[in-house]
Amino acid sequence: MNSLLDLDLVFVTGKGGVGKTTMAAALAEVAARRGQRVLVCEMDAKGALATAFEVSELDFEPTEVEPGLFAMSMSTEESLREYLRLFVKIPFIGRIGPLASTFDFVADAAPGVKEILAVGKLCFEVKERHYDLVVVDAEASGHVISQIGAPKVIAELVQVGVVREQTQWMLDILEDPARTGVVVVTTPEEMPVTESIELLERLRSETGTHPAAVIANRVLPAMFSRAEQPVAASIAGNPESLVAEVGAGAIAVTEASMIIEVRRSIGAGHLDRLREAVAGIDFFTVPELFSRGRGRREVSLVADGLDEELG
Amino acid sequence: MARQRTAARVPSLDSMLASREMILVAGSGGVGKTTVAAAMGIAAAQRQTGKVLVLTVDPARRLATALGLEAFGNAPKRIDDAALAAAGIELRGELHVAMLDTKAGWDELITRHAPDATTREAVLANPLYRNITSRFVHSHDYLAMEQLHDLHATGDYDLVIVDTPPSRNALTILDAPGRMADFFGSRLLRWLTVPYRSRLFTFASKPFYQVADRVLGSRFLQDVADFFVLFQQMESGFVRRAKEVEALLVDPRTAFVVVSTLEAAPAHEARYLAEALAERKMPLGAIIANRVLPARLAAPAASAAADALAARTGDHSDGALADRVASSLDADAEVVDRVLQRMAVRFDDLSMVAAREADRRSELAALAPVAVDVPWLSGDIHDLAGLAILAGYLRGTAHAPDSGV
Repeated sequence: MNSLLDLDLVFVTGKGGVGKTTMAAALAEVAARRGQRVLVCEMDAKGALATAFEVSELDFEPTEVEPGLFAMSMSTEESLREYLRLFVKIPFIGRIGPLASTFDFVADAAPGVKEILAVGKLCFEVKERHYDLVVVDAEASGHVISQIGAPKVIAELVQVGVVREQTQWMLDILEDPARTGVVVVTTPEEMPVTESIELLERLRSETGTHPAAVIANRVLPAMFSRAEQPVAASIAGNPESLVAEVGAGAIAVTEASMIIEVRRSIGAGHLDRLREAVAGIDFFTVPELFSRGRGRREVSLVADGLDEELG
Repeated sequence: MARQRTAARVPSLDSMLASREMILVAGSGGVGKTTVAAAMGIAAAQRQTGKVLVLTVDPARRLATALGLEAFGNAPKRIDDAALAAAGIELRGELHVAMLDTKAGWDELITRHAPDATTREAVLANPLYRNITSRFVHSHDYLAMEQLHDLHATGDYDLVIVDTPPSRNALTILDAPGRMADFFGSRLLRWLTVPYRSRLFTFASKPFYQVADRVLGSRFLQDVADFFVLFQQMESGFVRRAKEVEALLVDPRTAFVVVSTLEAAPAHEARYLAEALAERKMPLGAIIANRVLPARLAAPAASAAADALAARTGDHSDGALADRVASSLDADAEVVDRVLQRMAVRFDDLSMVAAREADRRSELAALAPVAVDVPWLSGDIHDLAGLAILAGYLRGTAHAPDSGV
C-alpha cells in the first residue's frame, strides 16, 4: 500500500484555483474505495467541498457522503464548544452566553488561537482513532503555514494555560512523518509551481510537519511523439492541402493541436523545475480532464487518475 | 479576439485609461492579473503623456526582472527608456513601477500614526506586533489600499494602476478599509484595552474572563492587551485614513477592472466580484477575458473537418488523403496519417473547452460597460516585448492572428 494512504492526517493545500478541494475529495474517495474509514474536512467554509460531493451543505457534524466517507466543514466556534466540554470541563457553559460574541473576539485578535482550535479538532479525531484517515482541504498556500504551524506558535507565545498544555500532544501528531503529511497540489503553470516550491521551503523552515507528496493536476498528455512533432508543425504551418481535402475547418483542427502541444510543452518545463526542487518527495500527476463536469463526476474522475498513480 | 471599436463614443479600455486616475485590477489568483496590470501601464503611457504608476504585488520572478523589480521596496522606480526601446516600445508618457512590501508597509504605517517616538518604538518592539499585524483585518488587503491612497495623494502620478493582492475571495480587499475602521470602534479593542485588573473584577465579564484565562493563560492575554493599549493611541490616525481610503474606492475617478480567464472557477469568481462591486456602488470599468481561445475552434466547420479527417485517416482509411498531404509537405505518409488521426481525435477536447468558454465570455461581457478579450498567446509573458503585445490587445490596436500560434 502506498505511504500517502498509510498516514493518519493529510493536509491538502496549493495555490487558489489549482483544484485543491477536488483533489482532497478525490484522495478521500480513493482511500474509501480501498476500504478505509475516511473523514474529509473543509477548513474555509466556502462550500466548495459540499459542491464537490453535491450535498446542500456540510456542518461541523460529519455527513456520510459515500459509504465510509464522511465530510465536514470546520467551525471554530463549534470546535471551541467541543473543546471546552472535553478538556476544560468548565461547568455552566450555558451561562457564558453566546460564545460567538464573547470568546470569539479574543480568538480573532490573539495569534494562532482560531487556527489551533481548527487544527486541534483534526488532531483530536486522529488521536481518538475515529477514522483511518483524515483528509483536510486546507487553506490555500498563503495561509496554510499559519494553520499547521499554530500549535508551534502557541507553544512559543503562550506561557501557561490549558491551550499551552494542549499543544504538545498535537505537535506529537503533526510532526510525526508516519502520521501526518502535507500534499501540495499544483497545476503545470508558472505561478502555482513557484508558490509550491516556496510553500515547501516554508513548511520545512517554519513547521515540523513533513511534506508527503506533490500532485501536479491538469497535466496535458503528449499529443505527438518526438518524431511526429515536426510533421504536425509542418501540417499546421501549411494547411492548404488539408483544407483542399476536408474544408476550411481544417485550419482550426490543426490550430487546436498546436495550442494543446504548446501548452503541454510550457507546462512540462514548469513541472521539470518543480521535480528538481522537490526531489525526494513523492510526485504524482493527474491528467487534464477535458470533459470535466463539476461535482461528484469530477471528483470520481480525478480519483480514478489518482488511484492509478498511487498504485 | 479584441473587439473592434470603430466609433469614438463607444467606451473602450483605452479611453478609460485616459479618463481615470486610479484603476484597481481584481480577479482570482492565476488569471494573469499582474501581467494585465503591467500591460495596462504600458497601454496608458503609450496613449498619452504624463506619469503612470503600476503598483504590483508578488509578480512572477521573470516578470519582476523584466520590470526591473529585483528588490522588494515601496519606492517607485521608472522603467528606463533604453529597456523600453530595446523591446520596441515607444511611450509618450513615463512608466513607473513599485512592488508592495507588506512588512515595510506596516512599519511605515506605525511610524506615521504613532503619537510619539516612545509609542512607535514600543509597538515595533512588541513581540506580538508581527504576528498580529500579519493576521488581523486582512492586513495585506488594507495595505494595498493604503498605498494606493498615498500614491494618489502625492499628486505625482496621473494614473495609478494597482494589482490587488491575490485573495481567494477578492471581496476582502473592498471591505478592508471599513473593517479597519470598525476594528477601532469595536468591543474587542475596548475590552482588550481596559486595564487588566479592572477587567478581572468586572462582574459582567467574569465568566468570560474565567474561560479566557483558563484556556489561554493570563500572561498571554496581558501581552495581547499591552499591544492593543499601544495600538489604540493611533486610533484617530488609522480611522481617518481608513475612511479616506474607503471614499477613494467609490470615487468617480476610480475604476475597477476585473480580469478573468474563461475557466469555470475564475469566471465564477469574476461574476461574483462584478456583482459585489455593483452592490457596493464601486465603479466596474471593464472586464478583461484573458487567454481566450480562438472562436473558430467552436465553429461547426471545424467539427465537420475533424470528423471527415477522423473518417479518412487511421484504421479506416485507404491512406490516400495522408499520401496527398504528405507529398505536398515532403513528409512520410505513415507519420502524416498518424498525426492527422490524432489531431482529429483530440480536436473534440479543445473544441469543447472553446465552446464552453465562449458561453462564459458572453456572460461576463454583459456585466461591464467595456469587455476586452486577450487571446491565448503561446507562452507565459515575461518580458517587456510580451507586455507590449498584450497592451496592443488591451487598446484594441492589435487583433488575434487568424491562424496558428
